[in-house]
Amino acid sequence: MWKIRWKLTVRGLAQNWAVFRESRVGMLGVVIILLFGVFGALWPIMINTVWDPLVYHPVVGFDPMVLHPSPPTRAHLLGTDPIGRDILAQLMFSTGREFLLGVLSALITVVIGTVIGTVAAYYGGFTDTFFMRVADIMMLFPFIPLLVVVGSMVRLTFFPFAMILGVLGGFGGITIILKAQALSVKVRPYIDAARVAGGSSFHIIRAHIIPNVLPLSFLYMMFNVTSAILSEATLSFFGVLNIDMSWGMMIHTADVAGYLFDFGKYWWLWLPSGVAITLFCAAFYMVGRGLDEVVNPRLRKR
Amino acid sequence: MRRYLLNRLGQVVLTLIIYITLVYFLLQAMPGDITQMYLANPRIPQAAREELQKQLGLDQGVVMQYLNYLKNFFSGELGVSFSHYPRPVWDILMERLPRTFVLFLTAHVLSFYLGYLLGRIIAWRRGKVVDYAATVVGITFWTAFYPLLSLVLIWVFAYTLKLLPLNQFIEPRLWQGAPFPTNTVFGYMVYGGGAVAVGLFLVFYAFLRGLKRSRRNTARAWLSAFAIIAVALAVAWRTGLLVYIWDIASHMILPVCTLTLISFAGTMLLMRDSMLETVQEDYVMAARAKGLPDTIVRDRYAARTAMLPTVTSLVLSLASSMSGGLVTETMFSWPGLGQILFHSALANDYPLATGALAFTGVFLLIAHFVADILYAVLDPRITYAGQPAVEG
Repeated sequence: MWKIRWKLTVRGLAQNWAVFRESRVGMLGVVIILLFGVFGALWPIMINTVWDPLVYHPVVGFDPMVLHPSPPTRAHLLGTDPIGRDILAQLMFSTGREFLLGVLSALITVVIGTVIGTVAAYYGGFTDTFFMRVADIMMLFPFIPLLVVVGSMVRLTFFPFAMILGVLGGFGGITIILKAQALSVKVRPYIDAARVAGGSSFHIIRAHIIPNVLPLSFLYMMFNVTSAILSEATLSFFGVLNIDMSWGMMIHTADVAGYLFDFGKYWWLWLPSGVAITLFCAAFYMVGRGLDEVVNPRLRKR
Repeated sequence: MRRYLLNRLGQVVLTLIIYITLVYFLLQAMPGDITQMYLANPRIPQAAREELQKQLGLDQGVVMQYLNYLKNFFSGELGVSFSHYPRPVWDILMERLPRTFVLFLTAHVLSFYLGYLLGRIIAWRRGKVVDYAATVVGITFWTAFYPLLSLVLIWVFAYTLKLLPLNQFIEPRLWQGAPFPTNTVFGYMVYGGGAVAVGLFLVFYAFLRGLKRSRRNTARAWLSAFAIIAVALAVAWRTGLLVYIWDIASHMILPVCTLTLISFAGTMLLMRDSMLETVQEDYVMAARAKGLPDTIVRDRYAARTAMLPTVTSLVLSLASSMSGGLVTETMFSWPGLGQILFHSALANDYPLATGALAFTGVFLLIAHFVADILYAVLDPRITYAGQPAVEG
């Protein structure tokens, strides 16, 4: 039984991949994400073999041999920041963290959103109304101002911050979209068939509704990765997060030390991390756009 | 229609109360309270501190405090700001709100229009180079790291090229001997701009919709549009306001451009997708088969219908653009709601932070409400009796 199921899954994935490959924008996104993945994976190798941890540590490293911030040299390919830490090392170290943050918070969002969306669609009535009103309120919430206010009072650390982003997102607009999708699944005949065959509500939701909503959830996961990373970068830039190193933090460091006033001269302090944030977020967004054509057949070419 | 509006209004008020409750308890749950700010000061005796607590109502229970807060909020009593000491919060917010509003409205309208124009073009030329280029560039701006983007723009246009003023709302040196206070000028500017906009709208509406579409009528429309603008400028010149208005307006250019750049792609991509769906409809094919020119089929047949989902998204993007507004205002030192929120949060100015956060909510709710009505007016298929149109 599971063999057949496995084969079917593989075949479905292969078909979807074929559709996805037609979208050039989506493929561009995948390539960029893969490059970032390699870049991030290089970090443990570099620090353990090539780089001296005392000099190249992204948070406490210091190079006593040059004046800081130093422009790119052979020892520091992207220069150093105002307190003597290597920019390239920071960039590499942060890549893994950004992946973790984005994927973790998007995963939380999508799990919550999918469960609430399907449950609301399946049961309807009070459950439905309640969660939809909650989603309306959440969509109104100006998150960044709110997190700035919260963050300036309690310094949030990495994991709580990812959780907060994920949970806040999970109750928001995503539930409305996934509920609409689940509703269209719920009225199909095989759901009735499953119920007649004696399937419990839990079984129907788990085995029939959720698998049909998942592609759309996956699509929204991509968009959520983008927004999570952008929020983190913005809040780190304003210095209201308690995170030791991230791309936003790198720009924050340059900003507090006053080097952003002389923008063109100290380009290596802001350009690498700024480009990294933008490219990384854009890549996930592009993958989302590509997936959109897989999930939404009306967008495909004739 | 009236029932629908009343229903929506009721929902808005209910949501507002829930929102304020959330904001209040969130800030209540933060560590520390106002009286503790004075704990370190040895010159305040214990008795005075207790007296202060009593005056501020902090000796009552949380529920009583909350009810008091709600009562005060709806009677417009938001307390006194700490960081701008003797000024009441309400005063500060009322001064800041129009500035944020003007900045947003301009940027939103511009980015919506730009996105609409580009979206219909790239959908029409799907799969061509224009499509890919616009999509990739649009996504890059859409996901750009805004603080940095604004810094780059400031650096290029204000610092290196010196085309535009650096930052802030006004140029203090120019205003030193000014015969008018800033807010009055800003008020005139807003009303004047609004009047001109309404005038232009009416002119174009009358000429392009009501009258026959001919070259002569189009020329007349443009002429009267220029006449209206010229009259407005002449009035401003005669009263001596023009220099000051130009000063404020030139300070607005950079923030508006930044906001437009980061948000046009949302409308553009949505417009593209929605156009791709409408292009496949039968009536579009019929229009083409009739032999109408491509641009007319695109602009008057397909784009008209395809615009509806973008209006919905305009509503949904309001909240996120408010977040963008905080960043933009802080980066450009534009003295609006977002900037005051940021500064008061960093300065532990609780009354001002709560007030600003609550006002952001009010602002969003009203915008939401207006957009809902707009949507109902635009789409004749919506019936007012049932559920709001956004759902499902």
